[in-house]
Amino acid sequence: MTMGKPTSVSSSPLIELKGVFKTYGRGTAAMQALRGVDLRIEAGEFVAVMGPSGSGKSTCMNILGCLDTPSDGSYLFRGVEVGGLGRDQRALLRRSYLGFVFQGFNLLNRTTALENVELPLMYRGEPVRVRHQQAREALAAVGLNGWEDHTPGELSGGQQQRVAIARAIVTRPAVLFADEPTGSLDTVRSREIMEILATLNREHGITVVMVTHEPDMAAYAGRTMHFLDGLVVNGHEGDGKGVS
Amino acid sequence: MFWNALILALREIRRNVLRSFLTILGIVIGVASVIVMVTIGDGATAQVRQQVASLGSNLLVVTPGKRMGPGQSSGAAQFSEGDAAALRRDIPQLVAVSPMAAKGMSAILGNANWSTQVTGTNTEYFQARNLKIKSGRLFSESELRSGAAVCIIGSTVQSKLFGNQDPVGAQIRLQNISCQVVGLLESKGQSSMGNDQDDLVVIPLRTFQRRISGNQDVSMIQVSVRDGMSTTRVQQDMERLLREQRHLSANDENNFNVMDMKEISSMLTSTTKVLTALLSAVAAVSLLVGGIGIMNIMLVSVTERTREIGIRLAIGAFEREVLTQFLVEAAVLSSFGGLIGIVLALLVSILLASILQVPFILNTSIVVIAFAFSTAVGLVFGYFPARKAARLDPIEALRYE
Repeated sequence: MTMGKPTSVSSSPLIELKGVFKTYGRGTAAMQALRGVDLRIEAGEFVAVMGPSGSGKSTCMNILGCLDTPSDGSYLFRGVEVGGLGRDQRALLRRSYLGFVFQGFNLLNRTTALENVELPLMYRGEPVRVRHQQAREALAAVGLNGWEDHTPGELSGGQQQRVAIARAIVTRPAVLFADEPTGSLDTVRSREIMEILATLNREHGITVVMVTHEPDMAAYAGRTMHFLDGLVVNGHEGDGKGVS
Repeated sequence: MFWNALILALREIRRNVLRSFLTILGIVIGVASVIVMVTIGDGATAQVRQQVASLGSNLLVVTPGKRMGPGQSSGAAQFSEGDAAALRRDIPQLVAVSPMAAKGMSAILGNANWSTQVTGTNTEYFQARNLKIKSGRLFSESELRSGAAVCIIGSTVQSKLFGNQDPVGAQIRLQNISCQVVGLLESKGQSSMGNDQDDLVVIPLRTFQRRISGNQDVSMIQVSVRDGMSTTRVQQDMERLLREQRHLSANDENNFNVMDMKEISSMLTSTTKVLTALLSAVAAVSLLVGGIGIMNIMLVSVTERTREIGIRLAIGAFEREVLTQFLVEAAVLSSFGGLIGIVLALLVSILLASILQVPFILNTSIVVIAFAFSTAVGLVFGYFPARKAARLDPIEALRYE
């Protein structure tokens, strides 16, 4: 896998989980979603995460995305322990380093594409002019110039997902988390989205971690991690180019 | 952050214009009624003050009876002309002392008949009450002494009995006595309580005692204090003198009352004030109800926008940023209600003031307070829903359908 962006001076990986547990509930009703996950993701990687429903991959993604905290174990982000951070500290981490793309797009309705993309910049406190310019650039990067003033209702599913990707990358995050980004799209649109993700990874050096059900989509990734019963069972190298 | 929240709030309100309007209706009505009540109440109070002042600024009124509260007294022996004479003799600060006795009766001229108030007093009465002769003259000394059948009438009595004709010199009948009109008073207009200050007939006190009441009683003494003298001081002197006159021992309470203008006006305005306070309290309750309406709609709004909140939190919004967004929205909503309420209140107050014939006096501080209060209602009642929004779990919120 090529490194689009120079790695940090330290030798620690971008993301490292050590013996992470996640337990929901208490006592006999307790359910272990993760039971000692160890994984490393280096800066610039494109990782696909696969596994059946209930295997813990979504839980793991939520923890990696700092939306949730591990019950036990350690989460190092750039060598810094972030597993025990509070809500606002995790929010700060998300707005500074992380981008999210969801299966259901999760755009704000009745709000234009441009404003949707500007949203994370607003929370960063960027001035209006900077917001406009960076949001336009991000939309252009996903091939949506000219669609800035359309609301999600006026866009196709593929276009909506591209707006969501623009929103995720507008802050130039270190990692982009994509949770089944092609789950509600047809094959053609799915491939378009995957091409965009691969390009962002290759040309802008954004690390991409993507959950998917489809081996076709996982094939775009440089590496695939399989989850089963709350554990990572293996990881193998993909070809990084996509399959036909 | 605040500006962004403000813009978001305005946009959200514009999206649901009808719902927003219905939400703030309670606040609108609450704010409007508080302002209207206070404005009309102030107008009525000011009108009373004005009219009391027009009675004569240095007026003191002495009435028999023990003081029970503002304007109330128990029965007690009447005064006599001797009490008035003693006041005039022993208290040099008084410029006018007018003993009075009064009775409602009919004034008759030919076929015309008008029911009015007949007061027996002396010429100092006109000075104490600021009444001026328009045509004719005051009573002469000999008329006062002898109890002559002469009278001075107010302009209402004149117009009811004489129309536009000059009444001076004519004979009118009061009950069974016939008396000659010697003077006509200048008009003073309506008073606060709606009574006509020009509806009066004045006759010499002695005439009243001999031919109408048939006794020597004086039911009220009005005195006027020389300009620049302390009325409080004079009041004390008068009380001391009257206690002597009425043979009260040191531990007896006063069985009479000396009231100055301040007391008279507070007596007259106390009813207005109680009523205003009561109605304002009712209006304030409607503000509270309005606040609950806002809370209700904000809770609905938070539930409806759970996904939006989830997106904002996932993107990295802090708890306090989401809290601010919803708080600002509630505050903007309720202060809109406040603004609309103020405009409505101004229109209604102007209209009511002209219908009730009280002066329109806008109390700017109550407008500011009502506005601040409406915003505060939004903040207080918006806090719970906003906190609910801010504390949502982003994962759960994103999954919400």
